[in-house]
Amino acid sequence: MTVMPTRFKVNGRDVEVQVDSRTSLADCLRHDLKLTGTHLGCEHGVCGACTIILNGAAVRSCLMLAVQADGSDIVTVEGLADGDALSPLQASFRKHHALQCGFCTPGILTTAHALLSEEPDADADRIRSVLSGNICRCTGYISIVDAVLHARAAYRRPGAGQ
Amino acid sequence: MKFPALDYARPDSLEDALALLSSGRGEAKALAGGQSLMPMLAFRLAAPRLLVDLACIPGLNRIAVEADGLRLGALVRWVDIERHSTLRAAHPLLAEAIRHVAHYQIRNRGTVGGSLAHADPAAEMPGIAVVCDADISIAGPRGLHTIAAGDFFTGALSTVLQPDELIVEIRLPAWPSGRRWAFEEFARRAGDFALAGVALFYDLDSSGCVLDPHIAAIGVSDRPLRLRAAEAAIAGARITADAIRAAAAAAPHHIEIADDIHAPADYRSALLSTLAQRALARAACLSIPEETS
Repeated sequence: MTVMPTRFKVNGRDVEVQVDSRTSLADCLRHDLKLTGTHLGCEHGVCGACTIILNGAAVRSCLMLAVQADGSDIVTVEGLADGDALSPLQASFRKHHALQCGFCTPGILTTAHALLSEEPDADADRIRSVLSGNICRCTGYISIVDAVLHARAAYRRPGAGQ
Repeated sequence: MKFPALDYARPDSLEDALALLSSGRGEAKALAGGQSLMPMLAFRLAAPRLLVDLACIPGLNRIAVEADGLRLGALVRWVDIERHSTLRAAHPLLAEAIRHVAHYQIRNRGTVGGSLAHADPAAEMPGIAVVCDADISIAGPRGLHTIAAGDFFTGALSTVLQPDELIVEIRLPAWPSGRRWAFEEFARRAGDFALAGVALFYDLDSSGCVLDPHIAAIGVSDRPLRLRAAEAAIAGARITADAIRAAAAAAPHHIEIADDIHAPADYRSALLSTLAQRALARAACLSIPEETS
């Protein structure tokens, strides 16, 4: 095992961490950078709770080593809101009651944010298909799909949704 | 579970990667997208001492649509195939099969080479490689060589790839226009590995008879398999509902069907016939009522 200096950008901030090569990116974000919004459910790529946005693409942070993220640009759920103001997607989740216990929510928000940033016109079928990679045991998904559908308008405006 | 202790290297040339794999004396493993390997590490089904990350090796993520076929570099991701502007027209069967691979987030990192090397019996890419008579290019300490996909897979999660070798590229033969094709699979949840799947294509001769049918199954055995009995049943025939029913019934013949916790062999065998019938009907644009029992 080796400790390797690893540099990347997270939520707009340049960071450097000294991580063991075996450390997952999820554990690095949570333990080294104290970004505990990223949740770990299954730790083998099935539940989607640990989804982050890496260079614009939604990925499972439990299926990557932190050292693999060297040089990349990462957005976690903490990077979606502007200070205390919820992002349009987050506000839509609140309005539509799209969470109950909230454990899966960070992964669902990052996944939906990545999707709508690329496909602001995604329809309900596309949204359901994408969210099939995120397990929610509370909501039954209907309110989540509604929330994502209603957030689309914010991503269609230039500059919105980042 | 947390990953086992390991060393990590990210070489920037194929030569360096091969040297690192050789230095590992069988305990080094190549890392591409990691979407199969990292779960294996989390479950301790694999515990390599050294991971050799291929991410910085130039040229391995190329997609080339050429007159004599389609070439996919080992690091081509599922999302690259999905978004490619001409690939769906150049190889509709590949494009359709890839739509079924795993979930959105996995598709952003999972790679063609990784899927071939991992060799899950239910994975789509190995099935497409086998049904299309693809060639797989492998680099190793003794240079480059090519192997037919039909000879590459040796069992569940097993291939002829040696610990000091790397997949560089897969080549699929050119796809003539007018070719009939279909891909069908069944999984209990979206994105899960299929309990069974069928990929097929054939051409039609000037009198409308089936020429050179290729039919393969995934998920029913320890590796992707050609369904020779079903192929023989439609070769030279006119595609009618009766011909399709006969070929579908023959689909499970002469293959050893897996029996595991996900499904008993007789269920998988029936599912294989059903999927073969659906695929043949779809390829022929026919609607055939399915028996329910």
